[in-house]
Amino acid sequence: MSNHQTTDVDVAAAGDRNGIGQAVGDYFNRVRGGDVGSLPAVLGLVVLFLLFTALKPDTFFSFFNFANLLNQSAAIIVLAMGLVFVLLLGEIDLSAGFTAGTSAAVLAVALSSWGMVWPVALIIGLLTGTVIGLFIGTLVARLGIPSFVVTLAMFLALQGVMLLIIGEGGTIRLRSDVLLAIMNQNMPLWAGWVMWAVVVLGYALVSWRAISGRRRAGLRATATSVWVAKSVALALMMGVLVYVLNQQRQIVRPGKESCPVSGDAPVGCIPVIEGVPWAVLVVIVLVVGLTFVLSRTSFGRHVYAVGGNAEASRRSGINVKMIRIYCFMIGSTLAAVAGVLLASRDNSVSPTTGGAQTLLFAVGAAVIGGTSLFGGKGRVMDAVIGGLVIAVIANGLPLITQQSGIQFVVTGLVLLVAASVDAISRKRSGAG
Amino acid sequence: MTPDTPLLQLKGINKSFGPVHVLHDVDLSVWSGQVTALVGDNGAGKSTLIKGIAGIYSFDSGEYLFEGRPASVSDPKQANALGIEVVYQDLALCDNLDVVHNMFLGREETRFATLNEIEMEKRATETLKGLSVRTLKSVRQQVSSLSGGQRQTVAIARAVLWNSKMVILDEPTAALGVAQTEQVLNLVRRLADNGLAVILISHNMNDVIQVADNIACLYLGQMAAQVKVSEVTHSSVVELITTGRSGEIGIQVEDAIVGGAA
Repeated sequence: MSNHQTTDVDVAAAGDRNGIGQAVGDYFNRVRGGDVGSLPAVLGLVVLFLLFTALKPDTFFSFFNFANLLNQSAAIIVLAMGLVFVLLLGEIDLSAGFTAGTSAAVLAVALSSWGMVWPVALIIGLLTGTVIGLFIGTLVARLGIPSFVVTLAMFLALQGVMLLIIGEGGTIRLRSDVLLAIMNQNMPLWAGWVMWAVVVLGYALVSWRAISGRRRAGLRATATSVWVAKSVALALMMGVLVYVLNQQRQIVRPGKESCPVSGDAPVGCIPVIEGVPWAVLVVIVLVVGLTFVLSRTSFGRHVYAVGGNAEASRRSGINVKMIRIYCFMIGSTLAAVAGVLLASRDNSVSPTTGGAQTLLFAVGAAVIGGTSLFGGKGRVMDAVIGGLVIAVIANGLPLITQQSGIQFVVTGLVLLVAASVDAISRKRSGAG
Repeated sequence: MTPDTPLLQLKGINKSFGPVHVLHDVDLSVWSGQVTALVGDNGAGKSTLIKGIAGIYSFDSGEYLFEGRPASVSDPKQANALGIEVVYQDLALCDNLDVVHNMFLGREETRFATLNEIEMEKRATETLKGLSVRTLKSVRQQVSSLSGGQRQTVAIARAVLWNSKMVILDEPTAALGVAQTEQVLNLVRRLADNGLAVILISHNMNDVIQVADNIACLYLGQMAAQVKVSEVTHSSVVELITTGRSGEIGIQVEDAIVGGAA
C-alpha cells in the first residue's frame, strides 16, 4: 500500500526475478540516482522517535501519548493529503487551513442553528470545501492567476467569512455525538483487528493479483519473496499499531480506580480508554482510496502528467484546465474533512480553527514526506509519513522544553531540510 | 485511391496571421512508404504548414485531401483520427513518467475504470520491437533517465503506436550527437519502409539527402519545389532554400516578385 507508485514501476524496471537481495539493491540504486522518496522522512521519524523516547521515556513513550500523537496528527495528515493533489500540479493552496475552518463552521452552524441531522450537515460542510476549491481552481486554471496569489487572497477572505459565520470571539459547539466520536472515541478491540485483517489481506490479495497477472502476460514481475516480505512487513507494522492502541491507556491517579467498562463511568472512577481511535480508520480509508485514484486511474495519471509537463499533457489531449480545477476541488474537500476532524477534536469551532500553524504544518508534512514542490512527484502516503514527523516534533518537543520559540525554530528547520532534500534529489535525477 | 495517389495532398494552401501572409498557394504531396523532407530557412513557413496539417491551426483557403478525399482538420483530434501524428521538436514527454505511461499519455487503456498496465506494457513493447529499437533497457524506465536519442525514439514510437498512417517529425536530430543521429535516421527510414508516410523537417542537408525520398522546399511562404532526392544535389537544395530556385527548378524570377511574405 505504501509503495504503490514507485514499486510497480521500478521493480519491474529492474527485471526482478532474483528475490529480496535484488530488490534491496535496486532500491539503493534508485536512492543513489536521486529518487529518495520517503526515505529521509522515515529515517527522521525513527530518529526523532528514539530521541524523544530516550529523553522522556515515561511521558513520550507511553500508550496514552501514542494514541494522542495519532489524534494530533490526523487533521494535519488529511489536510496534507489534499495538498498533495495541489502540489503534484506544482501549485500551492495557502487557504487550505481556513477552508477547513470555514467548512467546519458551516457544519457546526448546520447542526446547531439549522438543526440538521449529522449526515446532511456533514455533506453540506464537505460541499462547502468543494465549492471553495471549485472557485480557486477556476480562477487559477481559467484566468491564469498564480495559485499563490489566489489562495493568499482566499486565506484572508475565508478568515473573514469564518468570523462572520461564527461571530466575533465566539465559538460554536459541535452538536453531534457521531462526529465528536471520530476524535474522542475508540473502535471496539475486535474492530481494530478486523481493520488489521482487511488492510493486510486486501494488500496481499491486490498485489498478488497484479503480480500473477503480469506473469501470465509474460512480463517481468515482482519476485514472490519480495511480495511475501512486503506483506509480512505490513502485517507486522499494522499489527504492532493495533496491538499498542488496544492496550488500556487511561492515566490512573493514585487513589482512583479504573472502571472495567468504557462509556458512561460512575463518578469517581476513571473510564477505560482502549482501542484504535476512529480517526485512524478515517485516515486509512482516505489513504487507500486516494492512492487508488492517483496510481490506478487515468485521472491520477493525468494529474502526474500535468505536474510533470503541462504543455505535453495538453498536446496529448488531456484537458489540463479541468485537471487543475479537479485537483483544487479535491484538495479543498479534503481540507473540509480535516476541518471536521479539527472541530471533533476541539468539540467546537472557533475563529482560530484551521488557523495558526495548521496550514504550514500540513504543507510541511507533504514536503517532508517526499512530495515535490516542483510538481509531478508525490504520493498520498507522503502526507501520512510527513504528518507523523510533524506530530512527533509538536508532541515531543514540549515535553523537553517549554520554550515555544525553540519549537518553531526546530519545525522550521525540519521543513527547510525537507525542501533541500527535494531540490537536491531533483538536481541529481537531472530533471532540474 | 490508386497506388500513385498521395496519402496527403495539399493544393493552394493559404494562411495569414493578421496582416502577415505566411503561406502562399502552397502545394504538397506526401506518399505512403516515403520520407518527404520539408526544408526551408527560418521563417519560410515550415512550422505553420505542419501545424495546419496537424490541425493546430486551420488553413485560410486551399484543399486538404487525405487518401484522395477532402478532409476537414481544424482540431488535433481530427488529425489523430485520420491517422496523423506529430513528433514535436521539444518532444512533449513527461519526465516524471515512465516510457509506457508516456506512450499512452492521454489515451490510456483502461479496464473497469482502472488502468490496464499489462495491456499497455505489452503493446508498448511490441511497438518498440516492431521498430527494432534495442537501445531501451526497460519500458518501465522514467523518461528523465533517458538520453536524447532514446527520448526521440520514445516520442516516435508513441506516434506509431496508434496505427497511424502519417508521422510528422519536427527536427528529430537537432539536439543529438553523431551516433544517436544515426540511430534516429535509421528509425525514420524504418517507419517509411513499414509503409508509413513520413514528413521530416530538418535543417541538416546531410540527413535529408541520406534518408528522404523527396524534398519539398519552402521559400518565403511559397513552395519553391518538390523534387525527388535523386534529381538534386546537396548544393542545389541549399540554393533552393536560400534563393528559392536552382537552375530550372524553383520559383522563377517573375513569380518571386509576387511572393514575399516571410
